[in-house]
Amino acid sequence: MAAAHNFGKDVLEVRSLSMDFGGLRALDKLDLSVRQGEIVALIGPNGAGKTTFFNCITGLHAPTEGEMLIHPPNQGKTQRLNGLKPNRVTERGLARTFQNIRLFPNMTVLENVMIGRHCRMSAGIPGAIFRPRSTREEENQVVDDSYAMLEKIGIEQFVNELAMNLPYGAQRRLEIARAMATDPFILLLDEPAAGMNPQETRRLDELILRLREQEKISILLIEHDMKMVMSLSDRIYVVDYGKKIAEGSPEEIKRNPAVIKAYLGEEIDA
Amino acid sequence: MDYFLELFLGGLTRGSIYALIALGYTMVYGIIELINFAHGEIYMIGAFTALIVAGVLTLMGWNEIAILVIASIVAVIYSSAYGFTIEKIAYKPIRKAPRLSALISAIGMSMFLQNYVLLAQTSDFLPFPSLIPQFEFLEPYAHIIRPSELVIYTVTASVMVALTIMIKFTSIGKAMRATSQDKTMAALVGIDVDRVISVTFIVGSATAAIGGVLIASHIGQINFYIGFIAGIKAFVAAVLGGIGSIPGAVLGALVLGWTESFFTGYVSSDYEDVFAFVFLVFILIFRPAGILGRSEAEKV
Amino acid sequence: MRVAEELKKSALVSIWFMFLTFPIMVIRVNTIYNTVEWRWLNMALVGGGSFFLSMLWRFMIRRKERGKKKAEIKDGVQLTLIQRLMQNRRVTLSGIVLAAIFAMIYPFVFSMYQTSIMITALIYVMCGLGLNIVIGLAGLLDLGYVAFYAVGAYSYALLNYHFGISFWMALPVGAALGFMFGVLLGFPVLRLRGDYLAIVTLGFGEIIRLVLENWNEFSHGPSGIANIPRPSFFGYDLSLQQVTIWIYFIMIGLVIFTIFVVGRLQNSRLGRAWVALREDEIACQAMGIDKTRTKLSAFALGATWAGMAGVMFAAKTTFINPASFTIWESVIILCVVVLGGMGSIVGVILGAMVLILLPEYLRAFSEYRMLLFGAVLVLMMVFRPGGIITNVRRTYRFKGKATTDGSSA
Ligand SMILES: Nc1ncnc2c1ncn2[C@@H]1O[C@H](COP(=O)(O)OP(=O)(O)OP(=O)(O)O)[C@@H](O)[C@H]1O
Ligand SMILES: [Mg+2]
Repeated sequence: MAAAHNFGKDVLEVRSLSMDFGGLRALDKLDLSVRQGEIVALIGPNGAGKTTFFNCITGLHAPTEGEMLIHPPNQGKTQRLNGLKPNRVTERGLARTFQNIRLFPNMTVLENVMIGRHCRMSAGIPGAIFRPRSTREEENQVVDDSYAMLEKIGIEQFVNELAMNLPYGAQRRLEIARAMATDPFILLLDEPAAGMNPQETRRLDELILRLREQEKISILLIEHDMKMVMSLSDRIYVVDYGKKIAEGSPEEIKRNPAVIKAYLGEEIDA
Repeated sequence: MDYFLELFLGGLTRGSIYALIALGYTMVYGIIELINFAHGEIYMIGAFTALIVAGVLTLMGWNEIAILVIASIVAVIYSSAYGFTIEKIAYKPIRKAPRLSALISAIGMSMFLQNYVLLAQTSDFLPFPSLIPQFEFLEPYAHIIRPSELVIYTVTASVMVALTIMIKFTSIGKAMRATSQDKTMAALVGIDVDRVISVTFIVGSATAAIGGVLIASHIGQINFYIGFIAGIKAFVAAVLGGIGSIPGAVLGALVLGWTESFFTGYVSSDYEDVFAFVFLVFILIFRPAGILGRSEAEKV
Repeated sequence: MRVAEELKKSALVSIWFMFLTFPIMVIRVNTIYNTVEWRWLNMALVGGGSFFLSMLWRFMIRRKERGKKKAEIKDGVQLTLIQRLMQNRRVTLSGIVLAAIFAMIYPFVFSMYQTSIMITALIYVMCGLGLNIVIGLAGLLDLGYVAFYAVGAYSYALLNYHFGISFWMALPVGAALGFMFGVLLGFPVLRLRGDYLAIVTLGFGEIIRLVLENWNEFSHGPSGIANIPRPSFFGYDLSLQQVTIWIYFIMIGLVIFTIFVVGRLQNSRLGRAWVALREDEIACQAMGIDKTRTKLSAFALGATWAGMAGVMFAAKTTFINPASFTIWESVIILCVVVLGGMGSIVGVILGAMVLILLPEYLRAFSEYRMLLFGAVLVLMMVFRPGGIITNVRRTYRFKGKATTDGSSA
């Protein structure tokens, strides 16, 4: 299936990215690219630096060296992500989920998604106080859009529940809904299937594929569930100790001796 | 030169007292990441207890050295007891709540204790008996150093040494270090975290009480409000040194003591307290990790 | 057997507290006249009091834990009676009408003294609602809030003293200065973590107060500024009684204005961002919210209300000095917000009324006012961190598929 796709040009291009925490080199000259419409997986043992990679490109950490570029698919103007604050990165079209769920627990499910729309809205303090027609329309639009997003992700039945009262799987999905609400062209998922049962994982697979088809986005995925990685990804990067040790299609990765060595003991054929 | 020396020693005195109080802040912060607002009040209660005990014993005609020793011991016991109790009431039940809750609770506790002493005792300044004897060998230097100052230096230094030994070598000290690294892990390897926290409060309160007794006999008067300003300044010292770090607290306290002393001596004494706050604001804005602290990026 | 156990526990607690409070509660030494006073009665009071309080304490703790379990099992939002009543439109409406009638006739029914106390309470309502934006919504613990209150009060007093500007001019000026100072002080500190923010704002508050105290040429020092004019009434001369009533109605107007604005802010794009920021800063940034700007807007808007309230305060008391703006004033306002319910408008109003009016009417209380405020802060955090009236999130109704009326319940 991977071969069947004809991907566009690169939308994300990371060159020689390094990140040091004190003496610890969490990322070591990592190169990575994601093409339009592609599902790319980033795998590696625990502590390999995968989450750190996400944190760097989303602006939460400032990398020690390296360059991070985006080529947005529609406008096409290349932009550097280095030095941008997290919110600016999101505005430019990268959205992420977190490995340890980070919802807004005391807000409702709908409000969580509405927060995702925040950066696509414009009302300021005067708008909030005087509530002119434009603000009212914007608010209604956001409520509609957010609800539609919940339906798309399949958790609309929880719309007015507090996020913290959701079952675990639904919380993971809500994180995806919230990220999708920011209108990204790349969705970064950090272990979206962690803690899910096999059935939930299968439904998540479907969701990810569907999002790619319907929303025309690219997806960069960190995941430990090899079965999911192998079946979903078009291309896989393997990192260990911050270094890229392999890159290729699922078939190539399965046969790669370096990968097998890094994962010694762990099962990777699925 | 004499003036400089006087200011230098004055700064050392202040710094020593700040250090004794700052230790409590830093230890508690190191373990439960809470700014124990009520810590200044513990110090104040220590001073008050000493005053009360000394007052009663003086009336009974005891000898001065005995009064000094007994009053200090009682003050230490009571401050520790207060520290222990405060933790059980105001912090333990909300250990899992957001940090803001614990901080608000701490502010409430501070306000409660201040007014408790105000209502039960008095709002006036009370003269504190001068319990520290005159040392003959100091007489030639009387214009630059007072006996009480010498006592303050020695006691502070001894407390530091004792504390360092406790934390480095005793089992409870090790448990404290482990707990401050990672509470969950510490609990998993069988450390009684509740006990460690209690001990931390007790030890921190005890050093604060020593500070309280010393400064009260040095300055010669106390009231219910002395804890607040001293507490804030000690907190500044702890942050300056790098909160959570014990040598940092001492270093920060000395730096603050000297800067204050020289500033008031050479520049202006009108804005003495403003100075401490400005200092605080600047450190927190430009170097929140302090001198010895390490800034950490939050793990995501 | 349980009972004996409980009694034993309480007895131990009671002995512990008698020991703990012994020197300070029982002995009073006068080091000037060298006399000692032994107050054994206090010891008995502490013993008895702590015995019952410890019973109550354990009962409450147990109830709270049971409540938590129940909530987990039921897995849904549980509403208290008050919350359910508030969600009922008829009840709310009649509540509002009653409150409005009461507010309208209050100064004509009650004495001038009582009206004046009510004005004070209303000033606290205003401050509380302003601080509620900062603490309740955005989750920023601002302990220097009173500094902005001082900015408002002093801007009216000084501008009037030097240039003779009127109350009505000063009100917007005070608000604007409050906002400006909010931005100015907020900008450097808002990067800080929650607890450091609290301390730094406390520091700023004290700096402003100490400057007012020491800078005689500017602020007239500790002696303060007197003879600040009360608000004018279309050029008429009013008696003291009339002007008090006039101030009362101005305050009612300002409070309604505040409620209106805060309510709208709460249900706006900005208000949602504040709450999200309180809930999880990192996730919030990752969702495209500008952390600094959002925090700054909360801080500055809160300060705006403090500025306005400060002008009101100066106009009401006609005399101000730095002693009115200590950190404990900030803590009282914090107490109002915490008691009422962080984030809840009705809660804050109730909180202010309870905390300001009760000590005034129960004279026996007033001495213990600050002691009780301290206790309230601790107890609320331990037993009811949401306040008397916990804020309920707004819900949206969807008829069928993806159609909305977006109405709040
Ligand atoms: N904020 C930080 N400060 C210091 N060290 C960090 C920080 N964040 C991550 N690290 C370290 O960087 C290394 C990489 O961590 P990272 O979280 O990126 O791993 P990961 O590949 O996501 O692992 P996992 O599969 O367990 O999620 C680890 O050694 C980790 O301890
Ligand atoms: Mg990870």
